[in-house]
Amino acid sequence: MSQTALLLLWIACGVLTFAIRYSFIALEGHYRPPDWFIRWLPFVPIAALTAITVPELLLVAGQVELGFANPRFWAGLVAIAVAAIWKNTLLTIGSGFAALWLLNWIL
Amino acid sequence: MTATAAFLLGVRALLPMMLGVAPFGVIYGVVALQSGIPPLAAFLMSSLVFAGSAQFLLAQLVGAGAPALLMVGAVGLINLRHALYSASVAPVLHALPRRWKLLLSYLLTDEAYAAAIPHLLAEPRSPQAHWILFGSGFALWFGWQLSTLAGVLVGAQLPADLGLDFALPLTFIAIVVPLIDSRARLVAALVAGAVAVLLVALPYKTGLFAAALAGLAAGAFMQGKKAA
Repeated sequence: MSQTALLLLWIACGVLTFAIRYSFIALEGHYRPPDWFIRWLPFVPIAALTAITVPELLLVAGQVELGFANPRFWAGLVAIAVAAIWKNTLLTIGSGFAALWLLNWIL
Repeated sequence: MTATAAFLLGVRALLPMMLGVAPFGVIYGVVALQSGIPPLAAFLMSSLVFAGSAQFLLAQLVGAGAPALLMVGAVGLINLRHALYSASVAPVLHALPRRWKLLLSYLLTDEAYAAAIPHLLAEPRSPQAHWILFGSGFALWFGWQLSTLAGVLVGAQLPADLGLDFALPLTFIAIVVPLIDSRARLVAALVAGAVAVLLVALPYKTGLFAAALAGLAAGAFMQGKKAA
């Protein structure tokens, strides 16, 4: 893609992101979202981000690979455990990279 | 509380989070360059889109040659969670002039929201409460611009075999795992992950949308059963 095409793409993504952030701030006082919408909204990041993450961890060249040929799977498990216990972003990312580099160095 | 004091309160609440955001910004810059995005466009994405995890995904999709419409859709899906923050801060900002609402909406990120919301809830009636959110939002914006600029500048010198693109799944793990505090949420994650793996052969990652919808439906179904 040309630099101009990329910038137009950024602007489209930026306008959409802004519209999402502005949505209820703009509507306040005019419209109240239905309760089911507010109840379901927390599931959106969980479903969307997990759908992106799991294939990155389980697949190598399109095939499920859970052995030591796939260090990202094991490093991901370490990061999931760290995230569950300490709920700390920096620690999660750091431990995941440490595990990945360690495994790559050993194997 | 004066406007200046409220602004500084917001800045101070955000500063600890820069520890996690700054390295992430540097890695974004590096990954964007490795995806073939020119340095200037990579840097400008940080102000035009201004959404960390979405920028990461967008850079990778550009590198994979995905169609533009799919990329915009994926960014919308990732950032839909910000609608929650919008609904949450809307009552506090209700009486402000529109230019304030526009500015604070642009600056409404995960980190700014997380840093400012305890203070906003503590002083919802303060006429200066919006300055707290502006302080957090501006501090994050400024730090994000600086760290992505650093990534774009040093990126060309780093070896490609560090696996820095692994930062994206790791960040998502850091966001999602602490959110899973009920069986319905766990089911949503498991279904979304399983469907994503099953549909991975679909072109241009379109299986991701089906997987996200399946997870959403499964989670909502589980939650509905509990409420009934």
